[in-house]
Amino acid sequence: MSEAPAIELRRISKAFGPVQANKDISLKVMPGTIHGIIGENGAGKSTLMSILYGFYKADSGEILVGGRETPIPDSQAAIKAGIGMVFQHFKLVENFSVLENVVLGAEEGAFLRPTLAKARKHLTELAREYEMNVDPDAKIEDLSVGHQQRVEILKALYREANILILDEPTGVLTPAEADHLFRILRGLKAEGKTIILITHKLREIMEITDTVSVMRRGEMTDTVKTSETSPQDLAERMVGRKVLLRVDKTPAQPKETVLEVRNLGVTDSQGVQRLKGIDLQVRAGEILGIAGVAGNGQSELLDVLGGIRAATGEVLLKGRPLSLSGPGSDARARRRAGITHVPEDRHRLGLILDFKAWENTGFGYQDLPKYCSGLMMDNQALREDTDAKMGRFDVRPHDPNLAAKNFSGGNQQKIVLAREIEADPDLLLIGQPTRGVDIGAIEFIHQRIVELRDEGKAILLVSVELDEIMSLSDRIAVMFDGRIMGERLPGETDETELGLLMAGMEGRAA
Amino acid sequence: MDLNTVLLILDSTLRLATPLLFACLAGLFSERAGVFDIGLEGKMLIAAFFSAAAASLTGNVWAGLLAGCAASMALAAIHGLASITFRGNQLISGVAINFLATGLTVLIAQDWFQQGGRTPQLEGGARFQPITLPFAETLRDVPVFGPIYYDLISGHTILVYLGFLAVPATWYVLFRTRFGLRLRAVGENPGAVDTAGVSVVGLRYGAVMICGLLCGFAGAYLSTGLSAGFVKDMSAGRGFIALAALIFAKWRPWSALGACLLFGLLDALGNRFQSIEIAGIALPVQFMQALPYILTVVILAGFVGKAIPPRAGGEPYVKER
Repeated sequence: MSEAPAIELRRISKAFGPVQANKDISLKVMPGTIHGIIGENGAGKSTLMSILYGFYKADSGEILVGGRETPIPDSQAAIKAGIGMVFQHFKLVENFSVLENVVLGAEEGAFLRPTLAKARKHLTELAREYEMNVDPDAKIEDLSVGHQQRVEILKALYREANILILDEPTGVLTPAEADHLFRILRGLKAEGKTIILITHKLREIMEITDTVSVMRRGEMTDTVKTSETSPQDLAERMVGRKVLLRVDKTPAQPKETVLEVRNLGVTDSQGVQRLKGIDLQVRAGEILGIAGVAGNGQSELLDVLGGIRAATGEVLLKGRPLSLSGPGSDARARRRAGITHVPEDRHRLGLILDFKAWENTGFGYQDLPKYCSGLMMDNQALREDTDAKMGRFDVRPHDPNLAAKNFSGGNQQKIVLAREIEADPDLLLIGQPTRGVDIGAIEFIHQRIVELRDEGKAILLVSVELDEIMSLSDRIAVMFDGRIMGERLPGETDETELGLLMAGMEGRAA
Repeated sequence: MDLNTVLLILDSTLRLATPLLFACLAGLFSERAGVFDIGLEGKMLIAAFFSAAAASLTGNVWAGLLAGCAASMALAAIHGLASITFRGNQLISGVAINFLATGLTVLIAQDWFQQGGRTPQLEGGARFQPITLPFAETLRDVPVFGPIYYDLISGHTILVYLGFLAVPATWYVLFRTRFGLRLRAVGENPGAVDTAGVSVVGLRYGAVMICGLLCGFAGAYLSTGLSAGFVKDMSAGRGFIALAALIFAKWRPWSALGACLLFGLLDALGNRFQSIEIAGIALPVQFMQALPYILTVVILAGFVGKAIPPRAGGEPYVKER
């Protein structure tokens, strides 16, 4: 170990206002290795890497690149030091071509023509070398996310990065695309490049990293060799206590059909068909999981059933047809009919962040007799009810008067869940139940969903996390391009088959 | 209508389109970089005043142009400071600049010249004079081509020619140079520019200052080319019409030329035909003069199809959190 680390961080600290995102962090990353950084949402992983890339400035601490102290005040300096970063939300100009995105900021002269010609050649070579085929003239907005990510990696390689940081790179990929990405990363490692991989997925860490560092609440708690640890061990280090990784549930006992959807179609305002004839059923006492890469119509399906988007086709709830457009098709009508909805984007649709917890608990139910006295709202009743709900759902801090934005992601989700589950629906729609939720809260939320099922409710679950779909669902339907590609039972399928369906390929004959 | 009338109308179309064209291209630079600018009007106005004032005081129209550009760029710098450095609301900053220009020009004009908010009439070297292009006189009597060349193409001030040359120049800068690539990128996704190691703030200031410079030309042309001196509120909404033309053109230089010529034509028609009869109904003169403004409303109401503005337009760049 006489070799100097590719990257060394010494006592890095960074605060955003009162929030200490990074506390006194030191880290060594050895050259030619894949180093994983794992931690829950909000543990400070992305902040730390953004500091390394010069996107944020550290309050204190120093950075050494290849053993030499290297101040990185901006991204320019990071690029010069040979560091490249692929952000979780890509930093690409959507209506530019691949080529233009790659040269942006690394042009060789004031005029574009010679720069682009040279870059085209170099890009083709790079793409061949690393098996990353992309059409240099394609517009970014026409590319799949997997290809967009390749453009980001090519951008870094074009700038001759030796150290590549990837922030949650697999969140938007199908399993097959993720496998391809890992092959690329192994290829880069074989070339002697150093890779830092930020993720919250234990499986990825185990599969590809050499060393792994664990972050918890802004601090770097451990750095261990991947070969000397296990997923269970890492999960405990991340959360700081024992956690249950699998959902504990008995086989479903489905009863009568609650929801029946026939030939559902949605065309958006730009004339694009988002749903192309969806048929599905959900029965009482079962969880139907909808798998798929984000953007294949799952959100539109939830919107239609939740009453916030018009559609064509037929939807029956306990045998009675629901209207799909015009009056009587809004969220209020749905709620009355017995459908409640935990939306995918809780910040946009689930909560008003500046409102207090008790006010948020009342949304959609403000006209229930128990919250009203005459023409006025009975805020006291609502506040007490919220207080009780917070107790039952273990919302922390247990304070109905706190604004929604001051709760962590997991606790915000519990507030929404408490509101929608305790409305006693026949059908619960739930989108991305654990997005941005820490492991401890995931465990709790999963248990509540299973309990609701065992009470004989029908549940339609949409998630882009395949693990979550596999472990919660009693049946799995896979969506691709506005269609249901097929239905599988979780015990009789695997990630490979689901992954093929998610990519639009027919797996085994249905 | 005979050829002569047509030529007269087209001739005045070119002249009336020129200030719109400068202002429209000014807006194009700023908005392509993601800084919305409804202060084109104010910048034009202040440039018109300072051009006329400096030309009147020095007797040199070039000094006027210089002063006009400087004044307009000073306002552009204020807009940059408010919307880039202090991340303020770009619309409000633009409105403030318009008010500032309206008040300031009249106030200073009254103080300097005591002519009720005007500058003295400009004469001789204090105005831009028409240029006769080579061979115009010789070719004048050639049928059809002669009059077109002599009456329509020749005989404008230098600023008119500059305005029309600014279109290909803008196109070239925007789509064929490094600066243009970065400028378009910063209007679409400043995060991409920032992480590519280029200064978002620097680029946006650059764009805003170019906007100021071009507005300076627009204003100088108004008071020292098109007219002979400054009068109160002489920009008469042209900054807003240029903005409409910019949207109509979907933020593209060549389309901007077309849009500005269309507005110029309507303006020229309104001036030429004080009243017009269509199918027995006489349209009043007010209607003809209102034509460009009516078209502006129609365009802004979105009847021209979808115009997609630069995606990061109007938003100050703040790194996450």
